[in-house]
Amino acid sequence: MKADSNLERMLESGSFTVTGEIGPPKSCNGDVVRHHAKMLKGCCESFNLTDNQTAIVRLSSIAAGKILLEEGCEPNIQIVCRDRNRIAIQSDVLGAAALGIKNILCLSGDHQKFGNHPTSKNVYDIDSIQLIKILDGMRNGYFANGEEMRDEPPKILIGCAANPFADPFEFRVTRLEKKADAGADFCQTQCVLDLERFERWMEMVRARGLHKRIKILAGITPLKSAKVAKYMNNNVAGMMVSEEYINRLEHADDPKAEGINIAVEQIQHLKNIEGLAGVHIMAIAWEEIIPEICKRAGLNPRPQA
Amino acid sequence: MIIAERKPIDEILKFLNKHQKVLVLGCGGCVTVCLAGGETETGILHSQLTMARNKEGRPLDVIEKTVERQCDFEYLAGVRHLVKEVDAVLSLACGIGIQTCAEAFPEKLVWPGVNTKFLGVNLNVGEWAERCQACGHCVLDKTGGICPVARCSKSIFNGPCGGSQGGKCEVSPDTDCAWALIYDRLSRLGEVDSLREIMPVKDWSFSRDGGPRKLVREDLELESGQ
Repeated sequence: MKADSNLERMLESGSFTVTGEIGPPKSCNGDVVRHHAKMLKGCCESFNLTDNQTAIVRLSSIAAGKILLEEGCEPNIQIVCRDRNRIAIQSDVLGAAALGIKNILCLSGDHQKFGNHPTSKNVYDIDSIQLIKILDGMRNGYFANGEEMRDEPPKILIGCAANPFADPFEFRVTRLEKKADAGADFCQTQCVLDLERFERWMEMVRARGLHKRIKILAGITPLKSAKVAKYMNNNVAGMMVSEEYINRLEHADDPKAEGINIAVEQIQHLKNIEGLAGVHIMAIAWEEIIPEICKRAGLNPRPQA
Repeated sequence: MIIAERKPIDEILKFLNKHQKVLVLGCGGCVTVCLAGGETETGILHSQLTMARNKEGRPLDVIEKTVERQCDFEYLAGVRHLVKEVDAVLSLACGIGIQTCAEAFPEKLVWPGVNTKFLGVNLNVGEWAERCQACGHCVLDKTGGICPVARCSKSIFNGPCGGSQGGKCEVSPDTDCAWALIYDRLSRLGEVDSLREIMPVKDWSFSRDGGPRKLVREDLELESGQ
């Protein structure tokens, strides 16, 4: 075991794994995180805590992770390369590990243009693949400069993202392979809202045997309305929503309920895809729906690992 | 080439507000080619300034001159007599020329007349694009001659990130994804497998991050005997 986290044990057990996601608030009100932790406790192996997602200033992912630990939930903190250089990131990794955080997800980060500080300077001292490699080095006892740690190295499970809906499509699998080479243990994909394309991507993943080297969790995002679905399809780079889902939401009497139905159906379908280790449920600003989705998709109660 | 853009006239007028006599100094280098601060633009700005200040009822005496290159002390020495006559210099050169000018004339105020934008190329009439960030350690050998430092919005080395779609960058539908360009070009050249290798973390100490840079070539120093 690299980190002996809940998440790692479940992935290693071979059971279909479930992770969730909590967006920290735009305030110092830790009770918002605490509230979500209490509500979601036990329905997933671990919960991602986003790192200033869409470049909007929020309560830090590590601080939110600490609150989750206090509530008996397992955090998976996200680290983006946009805001910190290799010095700050390594320092945060040591700090997070000291607090008991065992899972870290490495991301490039959304460009600051999309956030609430578009005039800021970005960092990108390193990219997400280089970040994975640095973290892998750290857990083996080395800093990014090659210096050996004098004390115990941080025990961390390293995650990454993959986006089968971005381009160039053929290169997406190569990029996942590079992340596995760099040392990533698991990967959470962009929300799957086009099953056909996702399955083609998984075929390519299996053809290269990548599913045996890195655990893949498919991203699930319940949609609240046809309007949201269309917006994501047309305006968010690297997102695709199939016509079928847009139509279903458009014609539904209760679009929110239909959004949940779609998410549940997707999970049931994905359970049968060879090489898929589980799902990652990202209910954006709708965290309270995660338990219902898990229950209806037959994912709860969670087995012990 | 260095690409610059003339500052708005109102901003320039504010700089010159307290002066009665100025030298508008153009440059025959990059800013001439990118039509921001050459002889023609110097003449236009001369007229604009004169008209604006006449309208205010407090005329501005303007001398105009365009030197071969403002980033060269030798050429600036040629206008020393003109600089002596004026209250201030308005330089239409790039940031390098403006600073060389300030260094050459320490006793005189030197105002910037352009915004220096980037190191780039002329794509079309009136259209320029960034190509180099002078990071000091070229990686074009690994990226098919397309620079990820200057052309990827995140300057990443193992792209494209998840925001690349249809060959465009997440930042704007008008911006090409540098990594899509790199991938396409290396695919065409049959060299795409090279992208499977992880590009290591960059040594930014060759870039601005190492502090203001200086290049000294001892071979040339020795040759010149100085």
